[in-house]
Amino acid sequence: MGEVKKDQRKRGKTNMTYKLQFAELLPYWDVLLQGLIFTIVLTLVSTFTGIAVGTAGASLRTFGPAWAGAIVTAYVELIRNTPFIVQLFFIFFGLPAAGVMLSETTAAFLAMTINLGAYSTEIIRAGIQAVPKGHIEAGVSLAMTKWEVLRHIILNQAFRKIYPALSSQIIIVMLGSAVVSQVSAQDLTYAANFVASRNFRNFEVYLLAALAYLILAMLARSLLRGLGRILFKAAN
Amino acid sequence: MTIKHAIRAGLLGLALIATSGAAQFSAARADALDAIMKAKVIKIAVPQDFAPFGSAGLDLKPQGYDIDMGNLIAAKLGVKAEIIPVTSANRIPYLQTKKADLVISSLGKNAEREKVIDFSIAYAPFFSGVFGTKAIVAADYAALKGKTIGATRGAIEEQELSKNAPADATVKRFEDNNATIAAFVSGQVDLIATGNTVAAAIAEKNAARPPVLKFVIKDSPCYIGLNKDEPKLLAKINEIVAAAKASGELAKLSEKWLKAPLPPGF
Repeated sequence: MGEVKKDQRKRGKTNMTYKLQFAELLPYWDVLLQGLIFTIVLTLVSTFTGIAVGTAGASLRTFGPAWAGAIVTAYVELIRNTPFIVQLFFIFFGLPAAGVMLSETTAAFLAMTINLGAYSTEIIRAGIQAVPKGHIEAGVSLAMTKWEVLRHIILNQAFRKIYPALSSQIIIVMLGSAVVSQVSAQDLTYAANFVASRNFRNFEVYLLAALAYLILAMLARSLLRGLGRILFKAAN
Repeated sequence: MTIKHAIRAGLLGLALIATSGAAQFSAARADALDAIMKAKVIKIAVPQDFAPFGSAGLDLKPQGYDIDMGNLIAAKLGVKAEIIPVTSANRIPYLQTKKADLVISSLGKNAEREKVIDFSIAYAPFFSGVFGTKAIVAADYAALKGKTIGATRGAIEEQELSKNAPADATVKRFEDNNATIAAFVSGQVDLIATGNTVAAAIAEKNAARPPVLKFVIKDSPCYIGLNKDEPKLLAKINEIVAAAKASGELAKLSEKWLKAPLPPGF
């Protein structure tokens, strides 16, 4: 017992004087950089596809036929009420049993799209509902087609209203993308895990990864803000 | 109880412990094999938590490769086997304190252990390797060219694989054994680097896609552990293991519990 205690004390002491050795990460810079690039591309692509799904879902749910609305509602509830990692595992490990074999990269893109699609459906729907009926009626009375009304009056205003909420969701999805490392998709977290399993410099590796995510998130936020200024000049 | 009584009881207890200790000591000095033959019982420590080598069956009795091996040795000696389930932490202490005559508990050999106990010849294969579906041909690292192999990140076999596989082989690393197994079972990968016991577990639960050994990465077979300075017992155990290997009884055990023939060169 005494020895254990002494051992613990000793260990406590070595922890206190733990020396950060970031130099040990240098041999792995290419692995980490590739992971970072993968995370950026994954986020960029699935942001576009996810918002496309969300726009279609929200429009269908508000203006589409009842059966389409029911399908969209089921999709949104299913995705918003299950963990992302379970959705990902279902796509990667589960679907092959049904004959759908997707690579880890495709599975990661698909899972991110489906996930962001469900959340953005709800966000965009809220924006659509906030568009005053009078605006839509005005558009119709100006002989605009259904599509023109949707594009120029409804969605334009809807996106302007929900843009901050949508931006936040994109950041959340980007940070959540760390989970795709679990199906061996080689994102930033996968790279960090890999390096940690090689040099056991957990502290340094995960500190670096956390910093990278932080910078990514802050960059994405200001990028989105700038993009919002350009897209919705009138609102700002 | 008065103090006097307590002291007397304590002294009596001490005396008892001393005599029993002495008795044990003298028993240890006698030849272990003779003692076993005389008692007609051999005490064998087996794993209780390490399938397929040893685990509790549905009837809660220990079962597995090691238990069958113990019973085989007892039968050849013509004595009764007393099976003692132990954990991997206390299997060697059981031997050292003479609570067991033999440890058949998926025991690997290393220099540290060789200082305190003796080892028989190997009785069971235990190795990591590259396993895959039947159709794939891959006899060595070089044959993995252009192929994709699943492995558990950080495991010895994953590190060896990453070091030795050709540059254009893809190693898909997963978080834990379960994910690696899932990747193979679901068909996401057709090759995995893992232990032979894991491969056996997959073969048992998923007969449609049994992983077949392609080549061995790291071999560390199991040995029977016994106390030092028991040359007669050691010789007898080695004789029994060698005979069981020659007669195909070990191969049968391997097929039964590890779902694979003994690896070449075992």
